[in-house]
Amino acid sequence: MWRRHSSKTQKQPLQVHCKNQTDLSAWRKGGRTDPEKSVQNNQSPGDQKNDSKQDSFEQALSYFEKVQDHVSLKKNSVLQKHLTTVESIALQRGLPPEGFDVLLNVALSGKLADTVNTRLLKSLIPASVVPETSVVSSVSWLCVGKCSGNIQLLFLRWLITIFDFIDHKEQLHALYGFFFSFLQDEKMCPYVCHLLYLLTRKESVKPFRIRRLLDLQAKMGMQSHLQALLSLYKLFCPELVTITLPGKMKTYFKNSDGPWKAAINTVRRRNQENSPVSQPLFLGTAQPQSRKRKWNTQLIIPASSTNKNNLKEDKEKNHVDLYSTNESFPVEQLQTFSQLLQNISHLEFPSQMGSVLTNPLLLHYMNCIKDESIYLRLYYWMGQTLQEECTWCTADNNEYEEEFKDFLETVYKTECFLQEGFSSCEEFLYKSLPLWDGLCCRSQILRLVSWIPLSSFSEMKSHLYDPLAQLFFTSSLYFKCSVLESLKQLLQNWLNWHIINLDSESDSQFHSLNTTLSGLVNVVAELIHFVGWISTVALRLEHNPTFLLYFILDFYETVCDMYLRYNLPLLIMPPAGVFYPALLSMDSVSLNQLCYIMYRYRTNLVAAKENELTKKKILQFKFSSQTYQEYNQYIIAMVGCLWTSSAFQKDVHPQGLHMDDELLKKTTVQEFKTSFNIVYHPAMMGYAVLFLQQAWPDDTTFNFSLIKGKKWNWYLEYLYAQGLKGLKVFIESSINRVSQASRSKAGNVQV
Amino acid sequence: ENADPQRTAFLLRKQWTLYSVTPMYRFSSAHLRHYARLLSAFIAAEKQKGLAVEIGVELDIKVAVSSLPDLKGSNQDQAAILVQLSSRSPASQKNSEEKLIWSGWFCCVSGDDFSQNIPEDFTCLPLFLANGAECYTSIVGSWFQKTFDCLFRRLAISPLNLSWMAAMWTGCKVDKTASAVELVFSVPRLPQPLDISYAIHPEDAKALWATVHKTPGEITQEEVDVFMDCLYSHFHRHFKIHLSATKLVKVSTAIASAHCEGIIKFLQSQYLTGVLMLLTELAISQIQ
Repeated sequence: MWRRHSSKTQKQPLQVHCKNQTDLSAWRKGGRTDPEKSVQNNQSPGDQKNDSKQDSFEQALSYFEKVQDHVSLKKNSVLQKHLTTVESIALQRGLPPEGFDVLLNVALSGKLADTVNTRLLKSLIPASVVPETSVVSSVSWLCVGKCSGNIQLLFLRWLITIFDFIDHKEQLHALYGFFFSFLQDEKMCPYVCHLLYLLTRKESVKPFRIRRLLDLQAKMGMQSHLQALLSLYKLFCPELVTITLPGKMKTYFKNSDGPWKAAINTVRRRNQENSPVSQPLFLGTAQPQSRKRKWNTQLIIPASSTNKNNLKEDKEKNHVDLYSTNESFPVEQLQTFSQLLQNISHLEFPSQMGSVLTNPLLLHYMNCIKDESIYLRLYYWMGQTLQEECTWCTADNNEYEEEFKDFLETVYKTECFLQEGFSSCEEFLYKSLPLWDGLCCRSQILRLVSWIPLSSFSEMKSHLYDPLAQLFFTSSLYFKCSVLESLKQLLQNWLNWHIINLDSESDSQFHSLNTTLSGLVNVVAELIHFVGWISTVALRLEHNPTFLLYFILDFYETVCDMYLRYNLPLLIMPPAGVFYPALLSMDSVSLNQLCYIMYRYRTNLVAAKENELTKKKILQFKFSSQTYQEYNQYIIAMVGCLWTSSAFQKDVHPQGLHMDDELLKKTTVQEFKTSFNIVYHPAMMGYAVLFLQQAWPDDTTFNFSLIKGKKWNWYLEYLYAQGLKGLKVFIESSINRVSQASRSKAGNVQV
Repeated sequence: ENADPQRTAFLLRKQWTLYSVTPMYRFSSAHLRHYARLLSAFIAAEKQKGLAVEIGVELDIKVAVSSLPDLKGSNQDQAAILVQLSSRSPASQKNSEEKLIWSGWFCCVSGDDFSQNIPEDFTCLPLFLANGAECYTSIVGSWFQKTFDCLFRRLAISPLNLSWMAAMWTGCKVDKTASAVELVFSVPRLPQPLDISYAIHPEDAKALWATVHKTPGEITQEEVDVFMDCLYSHFHRHFKIHLSATKLVKVSTAIASAHCEGIIKFLQSQYLTGVLMLLTELAISQIQ
């Protein structure tokens, strides 16, 4: 076999010579017309320099091609010169594909001294690719053993480093057996293992090879390079060999990058080409096995590993799956998104579904493959793990809170990634919330609440709202805000789900969820009423802090837009216990937020009414007249307060501001009528003061009554410029400025 | 009760640790011998972490995986699966005796309601019982978890369920002279652990149960409560100790004995499936 190889390499030169020449000039042209550099270098001088370099490189190559045996480096200045040329070209821009054949032949033939060979090998830095043929011919040199052991080792290390730069690998695979035979050399063994690790395919794994490796293992003991190769064999043929790696294993091969890696990177950066990136391959990253507790009571998310179980089964069933399993792509090797795309048709889920949680690529895959068994496997694993590890449900778990936190965090992230909640997680929440102290893993639990799936499940009250309300009322302000935040997320997730569901209504898979529109409306309404109730109570308990009010109004920012933004025929006004504290808030942020919300309510209600009128047909869902009535009551109160200074007379809401004049007189407050308009309102007075200072810099009496007529309009512009956008849209939409002076205010305002 | 007593006799009078197991994905009882080969290599690899093991060669520990068709409640139930590990003594190579070092079995007795609702790809054997060193339970369990994507959890028995067992088993007929009904209580929150053992003559216990139990073939929670309350008040009359304030940790009868930590010993082969049915129910409720 090898003879044929060697005779071929002996005969080849003439042809190769010609080919090299042409190819080289092509490469040179390519180099010259290469943009940027030559343009920057002002053409002539740089170009000439490049040219001369090019020529000397060609001379060097033809020198090395013809060089005779045993030329001494010290005595031969020609050799010195050519060697330096090759080295500098290599380091600067890498070698062209054609250069490798010549240089590898001379370095491995043993013609020159080892120092020269070493320098030559070290300068084998590819500019683009390394031709497979030159690698194959160098392997034949390796077989005849003309070069020294050190050169052999250096060559192998080079081969490993540039493996990803080899243009084709088919012939190289055919040499698998040759490489395998090098294993018996003790020094070469680690590098050969690494190379075989890169080369191994399923069909390379043969029982006799396994036996050979096991013999080596028996002779040499536990060697990480052998372990790596055997693990790979196990991966491809789990029915032939098995191995358990110790948990602490991280790297299997010593860093064999040698002197090339840095140079390759520099050259690549300089050439700014998209050469294939050499990627380190990792193998079944065994999770660090941390501890102690009894078997199976420690929280470990399994690592992804190929489902070995199928291999055998399908073979025996002998049906169509046969070809897919033969070519199935081991999940351990799945590292990049492009790999996922390339192998998506013959990828299999790992043997333990739990491992997808830490593997975003598999989550992408999971998103594409809708299969009941995938979710069921995950459901069982996650449900059991959550229960087993829950620190407040299971005694003696207290020490492991951090670990459990991390796990919940991972589950939450996965839900965000998939944009859907897990039913095992939902069940876990229902089971564990009644026992929860509201402290342990707080933010994780509350975030998981936001992913409770939307279903027509009517026991939400007893499972979620009741336990949550108990904790809500008895916990800190911060906790209250966190709960409101997560309920807002929950509402948004449901609404998003609904809108997606609307788009794909014909899709059969959603019908299985068995949610009718009316069921959905009821579930959403229930959530909004619940939030309205706890918000009212919380505002009283905490004495209306702005911080809390912000979270409450934030919730209603979603609620007020449900009809237009999410196409859900439902609008619910905030309860008076939320509306009035916001209207009379000391803080302009809350007031501005409320104005914006009322503006959006108006827009939604108007749109709904228009749809009702134009479509003429009887809509399945109509907003109740009560909603319009509530809106009108609020808007009268608001306009009365902020604009017409008639809140105490006009407010008709039973829990509103209406007061008898007699009673008001008793307060001895002068000018009580105007005390909540946009000038005197406690949230606005600060702006009014600043406005006065700017408009009448010399006046120090703070005469607010100056703000009227034209000045009133200036004041409004001033407020808008201060960022009170909510106030702006509210006034522009809900107040009829033309008839401002007349009596008709409220009439126009109402919907 | 249709089990052949000979074929399940080896399950009696051994302590079994209970586990619940979620449905196994792509498990097939047609490949038991293949599983045994893989498992035995896995055990060898686990015991010498880092060294690879060829599958199918003779190893120190022999694994046998077989089916136990007798342990079924109904025809829908999967046949139970038995896993046995035995060691070969390295001294006398060939015809040496193999020594059983660990055994474990999966079963499902009358778990129809649960198993009917899971897809075809899954095998429902929710109850796992192990006898032998925990290190082997761990290796075998891990292998099943990795291979069939299931999850094992210890199955504890609550005091409530233990009192059910006490009542049910007291009422069962046993041929020979039966051993005493023994209840063990543990007193909580003491610096030193204190266990109270309460033994009752089986005939007395049976007589008490007979007065409490009304409809044959049906037991209610109320009956169980009354039965236990009677035993408690009797004890209080003699020792002035309220057993209701303690925790029931163990029940031993002629039928079986059960410990709250999830350990069971079967004593009568005719009641084997009956006890397994109850345990299957507990296992299913833990995984649902």
